[in-house]
Amino acid sequence: MEPLEIAERIREVFPEEVLAVSEFRGQVSVTLRKTRIRDVSRYLHDDPELYFDYLIDVCGVDYLGKKEKRFEVVYHLYSIKHRRMIRLKAEVGEEDLTIDSVTSVWIGANWHERETFDLFGITFSGHPDLRRILMPEDWEGHPLRKDYPLKGPATEWQGFEAVLERSRRFREYEWHG
Amino acid sequence: MEDIEKTFETKELSISMGPQHPATHGVLRLVLNLQGENVIKCTPYVGYLHRGIEKLGENRTYFSALPLSDRLDYISSMNNNVGYVNAVEKLFGIEAPERAKFIRTMVAEMGRISSHIIWLGTHVLDIGATTPFLYAFREREVIMDLFEMLCGARLTVSYPRVGGVRNDISQEFLDKLYAFVLDFPSKMDDYETLVTENRVWKDRTVDIGIISAEEAINWGLTGGMLRGSGVDYDVRKYAPYDAYDKVEFDIPIGKKGDCYDRYIVRMEEMRQANRIIKQCIEKLPAGPVMADAPKFTLPPKDLVLKDMEHLIHQFILITKGPTVAEGEIYMGTEVPKGELGFYFVSDGTGRPYRMRVRAPSYVHASVLPRLCEGGMIADVIANIGTIDIVLGECDR
Repeated sequence: MEPLEIAERIREVFPEEVLAVSEFRGQVSVTLRKTRIRDVSRYLHDDPELYFDYLIDVCGVDYLGKKEKRFEVVYHLYSIKHRRMIRLKAEVGEEDLTIDSVTSVWIGANWHERETFDLFGITFSGHPDLRRILMPEDWEGHPLRKDYPLKGPATEWQGFEAVLERSRRFREYEWHG
Repeated sequence: MEDIEKTFETKELSISMGPQHPATHGVLRLVLNLQGENVIKCTPYVGYLHRGIEKLGENRTYFSALPLSDRLDYISSMNNNVGYVNAVEKLFGIEAPERAKFIRTMVAEMGRISSHIIWLGTHVLDIGATTPFLYAFREREVIMDLFEMLCGARLTVSYPRVGGVRNDISQEFLDKLYAFVLDFPSKMDDYETLVTENRVWKDRTVDIGIISAEEAINWGLTGGMLRGSGVDYDVRKYAPYDAYDKVEFDIPIGKKGDCYDRYIVRMEEMRQANRIIKQCIEKLPAGPVMADAPKFTLPPKDLVLKDMEHLIHQFILITKGPTVAEGEIYMGTEVPKGELGFYFVSDGTGRPYRMRVRAPSYVHASVLPRLCEGGMIADVIANIGTIDIVLGECDR
C-alpha cells in the first residue's frame, strides 16, 4: 500500500476529520482535526493492514502568524511489519490548547507529550503525568514558541538568581589567612 | 525468633540517585522509592543538560547548525553528523556522490564501534569488572586518533557536510584503518573472553530488565534495546541511506530481551560494524567527495579565494542560507543508541522553520521505570548501563 493510499484510507474511515493530505519528497502528511486524534491513532495502530505499531515521535510546531490555527502537533508513525511511515498533524488553535493524549495507544508517547507540553504549552488531556520535563518546574513561559526570545526572558530564572546571589556573597568574602 | 520477625518492619524510603552519581553516565537523576532493597517506584528527572538545541537550530542556517548535532550524543558525534546531513540533503533534494557515501558509512561505523566500546567499558565497570574498561579505552584511542587524522578533531568532528564530506581521505588513513580493522576481531575476542561467560556478569545481567518485543515497540525503543527483544528493526536495513544498501551485514537479535541479550546484540554489532568498514575500504570508489549542486553546497575554498562567482555563492550561502523548497521531511538514521531522527519544517528561507531532534536516549530514559520497578536496587545500575543513554542527546 502506497503512503497516499493510507491517507485515502484514513479519509474513508474518518471523513470528517481529515482536513488535507500533502506529499513532499515522497513523505505523506495527513492534517487532522484534533477532536478524534485518539480514535484515529487507535484505528491506525489496530488495523491489521495498516498496523502502525511504532510511534517514532510526537512534537509540536508553532506557526505563529503563518496559519490560522497557531500550533500543530505532529505524529510520526511507522509500521515495522509493513515498513511504512506516515505523518499525522493535528491542528491546535490558541483559543483552546488541549488535545487528547495518545499514551493509551502508544505508551512511548508519554515523554514526547510531556516535552511538547513543556516547550509549547499544549495540554494533553488523559495524560498520566503531565509535568514539565526539560525545563525546571517553576519556569515561566514555553521556550520553543516563536514569540519566546532566543536569548531567554529579560528576568533570570529564580533558581539561577539564587546561585548568582550565592556566588556574589562568596566573591565579597575577604580572606584573612 | 517469630517475635523478632514480627517486630522487624521496613519503612518505605525515598532516595535521590544523581544528578551527580558515577553510574548515571551524566546528569540523570532518579528518585527511587525503596522497600528494603526492592524498588517500588522509580521516577527519572532529566533536563539538567538542556541547551535548547532545537531552538538554536531554528535561528541558524542549515550549514551552521551542523556543529550543534555534534553536541547531541557527544561520544558518537560522527553518527549524529551523518544523520543531520542526510536529513538536510533529503530536504534539499540533493544527493552526495558515491565516494562520499562510502566514506560516511565508514566513519559512521567507526563512530559506532567507539560508542559501543565506551558502553561496554562503562557498563561492565558499573557492575564491577574493571579490566575490560581499560582494554576498551585502548581501542577507542585508535579510533579517536584516526578521527584526528581525518579532520583534526577527536570528539566534535563535524566532518560530514551537506552534500558530501569536508575533505577526501588519504591513503595513509586508509592503511591505518585497515590495519585496525584486521586487528579488531582479536580484540573483540579478548573482551568476550573476559566478560561473556563470566559467572558474576551472568548473575548480574541474565533475566534482569526483561522487556518483551511488543512492549518494546509500544514504548518506541530502537537500536540495541529493541533488537535485544528480538525485533530486527534497523534503519540501515529498513530504509537504507548512504552506502548501507551496497555493503553486506547482518542484524543480530536477542531472544529474551534482558540485559544479557542486549549485551550480546551490541557485541555482535561491533563485529558487524567492523565488517562494514572492511567492505567500505575494499569497495571505495574514486570520484569527488562533494555533490555538484552550487545552490546548496558550499563551494571549495581554493575556488572561493580565486574566483568572484564562487565568492558570491559562498557569501550568500553563509549569510542568508540556501533557498529551500517549502515542505517538511523526517529522516531517521541508525546511530549507536538507536534511531536518531531529524524533522525539518522549511518555510522557504535558509533557516529551518522548525528543527526537531528525535533522540533515542530520551525514549530509552523514559523506559527506566518500567525496567527498574519491581526489581532490586542493585539492578538499577545494570538497567542504566543497558539502556546506553547519553544525557547530552536526551536533554538536547
